[in-house]
Parts: sequence; structure tokens; C-alpha cells
Amino acid sequence: MKNLVILGAGTGGTMMANHMIKRLPKKDWKITIVDQYKTHYYQPGFLFLPFDMYKSKDVKKKGGKFIPKGVNYILQKIDKIVPEKNEVILENETLNYDILIIATGTKIAPEETEGMLGDEWHKSIFDFYTYEGSKALRNKLREWEGGKLVVHITEMPIKCPVAPLEFAFLADSFFKHKEMRDKVDITYVTPLDGAFTKPKATETLHYLLEEKQIKEVTNFNIEKVDSENGKIIDYAGVEVEYDLLVTTPTNLGDEMIERSGLGDDMNFVPTNKGSLQSKQHENIFVIGDASNIPASKAGSVAHFEGEILEDNIMRFIEGKPLKEEFDGHSNCFIETGNGKALLIDFNYTQEPVTGQFPFPGVGPLSLLKETRMNHMGKLAFRWIYWNMLLKGTAIPFVSNAMSKKGKNIENVENKD
Amino acid sequence: MEEVIANKSIKVNEEGYLTDFAQWDKSIGLEIATKKGIEMTDRHWEVVDYLQDKHKKEEALSIRGIKKSGIFNVKEFYGLFPGGPLKVSTMIAGIPKPKSCI
Ligand SMILES: Cc1cc2nc3c(=O)[nH]c(=O)nc-3n(C[C@H](O)[C@H](O)[C@H](O)COP(=O)(O)OP(=O)(O)OC[C@H]3O[C@@H](n4cnc5c(N)ncnc54)[C@H](O)[C@@H]3O)c2cc1C
Repeated sequence: MKNLVILGAGTGGTMMANHMIKRLPKKDWKITIVDQYKTHYYQPGFLFLPFDMYKSKDVKKKGGKFIPKGVNYILQKIDKIVPEKNEVILENETLNYDILIIATGTKIAPEETEGMLGDEWHKSIFDFYTYEGSKALRNKLREWEGGKLVVHITEMPIKCPVAPLEFAFLADSFFKHKEMRDKVDITYVTPLDGAFTKPKATETLHYLLEEKQIKEVTNFNIEKVDSENGKIIDYAGVEVEYDLLVTTPTNLGDEMIERSGLGDDMNFVPTNKGSLQSKQHENIFVIGDASNIPASKAGSVAHFEGEILEDNIMRFIEGKPLKEEFDGHSNCFIETGNGKALLIDFNYTQEPVTGQFPFPGVGPLSLLKETRMNHMGKLAFRWIYWNMLLKGTAIPFVSNAMSKKGKNIENVENKD
Repeated sequence: MEEVIANKSIKVNEEGYLTDFAQWDKSIGLEIATKKGIEMTDRHWEVVDYLQDKHKKEEALSIRGIKKSGIFNVKEFYGLFPGGPLKVSTMIAGIPKPKSCI
């Protein structure tokens, strides 16, 4: 009997369990998946929870519901991987593997920034990248009477890199509805050159910030939070004052990766960006946020990776060369407030452009343009997530390789 | 795009970053630094070595990485390359401008 072990039962891990159970003969292979929590969170919903647009029950379900029958589901903390012995050490037992899939994702590390994780954490300084943070922020926003709201990114890479900007847009809309927009001053603070990092997107979308009167502070690299005086300070000495700080702390891979000696500086696993095989060990594969590939860290990316990884694991077992086919495809809705959203679709080499999606000339979704239909798309994503994505079902009309059809491409190349 | 740097024809992008690291040598780094108003010291070159080493290993540059490197700290980095330290130092080192742009 051979063992396939999957570490992490989030988006990528759950999906891979569903893919592999269909491919690996039961008489030869045992599939095991491990996670520390019994709850599976719908993380994209953490963006809506603070504004009372979603309820708690919309963003959490029992993880076991999504693990297919026949897969051994273990709820324990993973202590470390010992690649030399093909072993994974858990809290209370040790697993052997022939093939390992790492899907332990990324999480926020507020302790990396001086002054962030102090007495004011979840009082005047919030994250919305965790269920706890998002819920605490909801409670705060229900009663907040206004002042300086600063929406901030600590450093890249972060998962769902547009989420903080969406938060700023939704905040504008939220306060307008509460008829208190005039009491709130919104500033968006980023370490990057601009709010939209890709040139074409900047050109098309900058009007949104102006229209919503969101101030922008760019190239800001935070050194510390001075929570006593309500300001963030960067290494060049620039200060931004806040009454309410909504920050996205540094995102790191799990400490387990560091303990196993498998990570880079940020605990992400060096991975072949085309085949998804780890660079250090041929029988270790990586899906989702846990890898260091230069694609966006997003659920849609994990989804596009899934089918390629499934094939590559089968090829690996059969001793065939791996396909280096993953193109970095990412597809992401951007909420812009007032019931509208944008859609972007891009990959390693093609930056987001305007056009229609998925059908050229028809849509129904519009690329890089604010529409109500895109907002419906974003809300539908929750249903797709629970009912299709986690189950490893292909999404109709959207292939894992990015399509150039329907896109207005005028030689705009992605420079990152 | 081609640009003449230190009497050599070098491939660069619109922002002035080298597009072919193989073309880099110290004289090129020195000329870019001079244009940026930076007087290179041994300490500056140590930073350049660190950045190039990361680039060769295909490892992303990050603040956390700099903190962990033990070679220099972020404050000193700002002192050596005022303005946008990573932006300026990567240009001098002949490697691409990193995503997180300090
Ligand atoms: C606010 C927000 C908005 C987002 N919006 C979108 C969006 O609109 N569209 C989109 O596509 N994506 C979005 N994302 C990103 C998306 O949620 C992630 O990219 C996706 O969940 C990554 O899947 P993963 O399997 O790599 O990691 P995860 O789903 O995070 O799963 C990792 C799992 O590993 C487990 N684990 C880690 N370490 C250990 C350990 N030591 N022991 C045991 N278990 C461990 C964790 O408990 C977790 O269950 C958003 C994320 C956030 C935070």
C-alpha cells in the first residue's frame, strides 16, 4: 500500500483530496489529509463580514463535509516534515508518505511589525484576514463614529492582493449608506508604487480612488506602529495618522515549513512554477498559497493549479516527465462598492486588460470595468467555492490556461 | 532598449533596469550609482553582493529577508541608498526591480 499525504485541508488541500480520490486506485493507495482546525473558512467572505454584508455562517462550515469518502481525515497540528525519511510528524503520530502535497497556505504575522500586536490589537488596529479579526472589525464598525480610517498593506506578497483596496472601496460605500461619509477620512497606504500595481489597470482604474475620495500614500514601508499616538511610521520617517487602522500584516507560510527547513525567507516553499513540484524534493508537490511561485495567492489560482497538479502526480507515479504547464492564471473579482465590481483575468506574462469574459464580445462579465454583473459574479463565487471549487469540479467555460479571446490586447506585457 | 553605460552597450528597460544580468560588471554598477548620486563604499558593495546572490538563487527580496540576513538592517539600508533603497540598489546590482518596492 502506498501513501499520498496532503498537508492542510483549506482550498487547495481539500480540492486535491477530491481530485486524487478519483484517480488513485483504492487497492494501491491510501490518501490522508491533515488540518489543525475542524472549521473550513471561506476566506473571501472575510471582506464582507466587517460590513455586515455576510453573516458568520456564510463564511464557516465543517471541513469534514468537503472531504470525500475513503480519504483518511486527521485533525491534528502538523509539527514538521522530515523529507529525508519521507515522514510527517504530527502532534500525536507520525505519517509516512510516498508522495506529499503541501497545502498549508499563508497566514498573517502581525508580530513581524513593531507595535502592531499590542494592547490596541483588535481595539483600534484590526486585520480582516482572519475570522477573528474580521468579526472584531464588524463589531467595531457597527458603533464607530468616524475619524481617520487608514487601510494599509505591510509588505508584499499578500494573499488576494486586491482585498485591501476592495476594503477601502466597500468602506466608502458603507459609510455613505450610514450617512456618515463626511465624518470619515479614508487613506489607502501601500508599499507599492500605486494602488493598482499593473500599468494598464492603473490607467483604467485610478479614477475610482478620485471618485470615492480615497487618499493614497504610496511607497510606504512601515517600520512601526505607534499605537499610543495613533500613527504608523515608515523607514524614511513618513508618518500617517489614524483613528482606526485596518492593516494587512506580513503574510508568511506556516512555521511548520520553517521548522522543516523547506521554506524561503517568508516560509514559502521553493516550487517549480510550471509543474508545481518542489525544487528540493521530487516527491513533494505544492499547491496554493504555500508555494513561492510568482502567481497571485488566490483561491482561483489554486483551482487552476489543481488540474495540472493532478496530472503531474499521475505522471510522476507512472515515471513520465512532468508537464510544465501552469501559466500563472488568475481570475479575480474586485468589489468597488455600491453593488458593483470589476473582473480581472491575467497570468505570469499577460497583465489585466479590458474585454469580455468568458465569451468574446458577449461576456456576460466585463474585464477591468465596473458593472453590476461582475458584483453578481463575486457573490456567486461563494456558491461556486463551496459547491464546485472544493470538490475539484471544472468551472464551465473557464480553462486552467488563460485564454486571450475577448481581451483587448495591445502588446501589454506583464512586467513582474 | 540599449543604453551606453561605462562605454558598453547594455540592454535596459524603460526604467533603466538591466534586462540581462550577464551584461553586468562593477563598472556598470558604479556608473549607475554615480548617476543616482550615490558614492559606493565597501558597505554598498556588500549590499549589492547580497542582492545578486538572492537573484542567482531565484529568491524573492523582502524586508523580512533583509532583517534575517544579519548583513545589514533596514534602517542602514535606507541610509546607504536614500529614497527607495531596494529600487535604487537593484538597479545598481543589475537585477530586476522587486515587487515590494522599498
Ligand atoms: C480577506 C480575503 C479575501 C480573499 N478573497 C479572495 C477572492 O475573492 N478570490 C480568490 O480566489 N481568493 C481570495 N482569497 C484568497 C484565498 O482564500 C486563498 O488564496 C486560498 O484559500 C488559498 O488556499 P490554500 O489551500 O493555499 O490555503 P488555505 O485555504 O489557507 O488552507 C491552509 C490550511 O492549512 C492548515 N494548516 C496550516 N498549517 C498547519 C499546521 N501546522 N498544522 C495543521 N494544519 C495547518 C490551515 O489550518 C488551513 O486550513 C482571499 C483571502 C482573504 C484572506
